[in-house]
Amino acid sequence: MSFLLKVENLRIELRMRAGVAPVIDDLSFELAHGESISFVGESGCGKSMTALAIMGLLPEGIGRVASGKIWFDGEDLVAASPARLRHIRGNKIGMIFQEPMTSLNPVYSVGEQIAEVLREHQGLSRKAAWAEAIELLDAVRIPNPETRATAYPFEMSGGQRQRVMIAIALACKPKILIADEPTTALDVTVQAQIFDLLRDLRRQTGTSLIMITHDMGAVAEMAERMIVMYAGRKAEEGPVDKVIAHARHPYTQGLISCVPHLVAHLTEERQDLNEVPGIVPGLAEFGQGRCLFASRCARATERCLTTRPEEIAFSDVHRSACWHAEGM
Amino acid sequence: MDVLRITFLRIVYSALLLAAVVVLNFVMIHLAPGDVADTIAQSMGGADAEILAQIRADYGLDQPFIVQLGQYIWKVLHFDLGSSYYYNRPVTELILERLPATLLLVITAQTLALVIGVVTGVFSARRPNGFLSHLVTIVAFFGHAAPVFWTGILLLIAFSLQIHWFPVGGMRDVTVTGGFWAHSFDVARHMVLPVFTLSTTFLALYSRLCRASMMETLGSDYVRTAKAKGLPMRSVVYKHALKNALSPVITLAGLQFSAVISGAVLVETVFSWPGLGTLAFQVIVARDTPTILGILFFSALIVIAGNLLTDLVQRLVDPRVRTGQ
Ligand SMILES: Nc1ncnc2c1ncn2[C@@H]1O[C@H](COP(=O)(O)OP(=O)(O)OP(=O)(O)O)[C@@H](O)[C@H]1O
Ligand code: SF4
Ligand SMILES: [Mg+2]
Repeated sequence: MSFLLKVENLRIELRMRAGVAPVIDDLSFELAHGESISFVGESGCGKSMTALAIMGLLPEGIGRVASGKIWFDGEDLVAASPARLRHIRGNKIGMIFQEPMTSLNPVYSVGEQIAEVLREHQGLSRKAAWAEAIELLDAVRIPNPETRATAYPFEMSGGQRQRVMIAIALACKPKILIADEPTTALDVTVQAQIFDLLRDLRRQTGTSLIMITHDMGAVAEMAERMIVMYAGRKAEEGPVDKVIAHARHPYTQGLISCVPHLVAHLTEERQDLNEVPGIVPGLAEFGQGRCLFASRCARATERCLTTRPEEIAFSDVHRSACWHAEGM
Repeated sequence: MDVLRITFLRIVYSALLLAAVVVLNFVMIHLAPGDVADTIAQSMGGADAEILAQIRADYGLDQPFIVQLGQYIWKVLHFDLGSSYYYNRPVTELILERLPATLLLVITAQTLALVIGVVTGVFSARRPNGFLSHLVTIVAFFGHAAPVFWTGILLLIAFSLQIHWFPVGGMRDVTVTGGFWAHSFDVARHMVLPVFTLSTTFLALYSRLCRASMMETLGSDYVRTAKAKGLPMRSVVYKHALKNALSPVITLAGLQFSAVISGAVLVETVFSWPGLGTLAFQVIVARDTPTILGILFFSALIVIAGNLLTDLVQRLVDPRVRTGQ
């Protein structure tokens, strides 16, 4: 099977005052054409950094890819020139960010902000790009797109702004859409609408999707496969239904039990845990040679504290990085 | 509609402000010891009470305060600011004669300060630890600490008296012959030092603010979005970051406008530039009250016009100001 995106042993380092910390430590995963995967995990575990690394947008002077490869369509993005990355960004890979309120430029109309990307990558004329921008606003279900195209971001609600961001990200029909917590900043009913929209657009365009979220409910709804991240490392990876039915990592189990209806609905198994006690370790601890979840894990043994767990495969598609995964 | 209403309101406010300046002017004349009658009597070599009363009646000085105020406002509305004691000419005429020189100096200095300030600000924001960034910090420090007249005199000594690159003062050289371009070049040569002196202070200020403001917008989410769109660096920096970063700089430039004008008074005096500043200096020394008040009135007019202009530019740059959000 040929992959659209293949990340190999990615290590991202952040330069901190106290030294260098690996925010992403030896991460590998693949994304097939048209597939939808989801990254889950608590705040600060490096989900956004992974997305930014794919885009080549790690914070300048702070973050860098220290080793590993990001293969996109047969090309290593880590080694790609800035010009090449510019050609891919917004064109072949589109991205939606977490904060719709601040992600659009306040001094340009939303129509211009969509048209701009079309002019840049598709060489459309001003007029053609504007017409296409109106089409796109219509596609993301903004009412009266002709008049709304001239509106400024501050004249729109958060949900509408996120729709505009989606229109921008999908304008050039990218092969991959990265959505970094696209609904976290929105209220619940709007969240559902945005997910509906993303699902429909994906069905129409066949775009692959990488969705980053805290929300296990959204994962179940949106993705085929999921990757659970913990402290810069992959904890578990597998098809969403398999993982939810039988999580092979204590952290995943904890996350799932936070959303009771998910478990009750999909499986008879119920965990005692109803939250994951404790907090994510600080960045300074990220590189340590042990299981970083051990301080919060009820199953932790001596081995967990001294060696980093290796990935164990349960089938071709289901993998867990836990010393005691087999017993679960 | 909203835009028109807001613009209209701004103009009304400006008119009210100007009216306040006029009234204040009048009160100041009124409070000053002695009046026109005394001055005229003095210039006649003394007069008795009867003649003084006659003069007061002629000039309407025996009317109640409020009537006199009305008359004064009426006159000012017709640009009649009275007559200069010192020059013996209508104040308005005197001022209009000097105004172009001052406007030329002030507008050139302000524009230069803004353009160079913004350009250096943008560059040093992109390299906050680069050479230019540090240079701007140092220049800003000097520009802020050194009084305008001091810088002016130093430049004058160095570039005019020692190495004769630029004329010592004035605005034109009477010996220059030739057409429009020859004269323009002559004026430009005379302008170099005064404009440089006047703009340094403000240049540094604008540059520092632009740098800070650019650093903020360069780190903003919408700039990250612009990068994620695959736009070229030039578009990310100038189209997306700079347009947002300009807002505070324009606001500051508007606020500094009156400071530029008061700076101009000093610079004009140092370089004997034939503008309102030198005039102000002369008439203050000569205690020529009508002319002093006339200059105050015109300065207020310029500052208010400058603020209106700032507002207008602000509106062009930022749609949030445009709709009053
Ligand atoms: N610009 C930065 N400078 C220094 N540290 C940063 C920077 N951006 C992120 N980090 C740190 O990197 C770590 C990973 O951040 P990342 O944004 O990838 O987390 P995340 O999984 O996306 O979390 P969230 O769910 O909160 O978005 C965090 O500990 C964060 O504090
Ligand atoms: S490796 Fe050990 S500490 Fe880590 S999750 Fe598995 S059981 Fe818990
Ligand atoms: Mg994030």
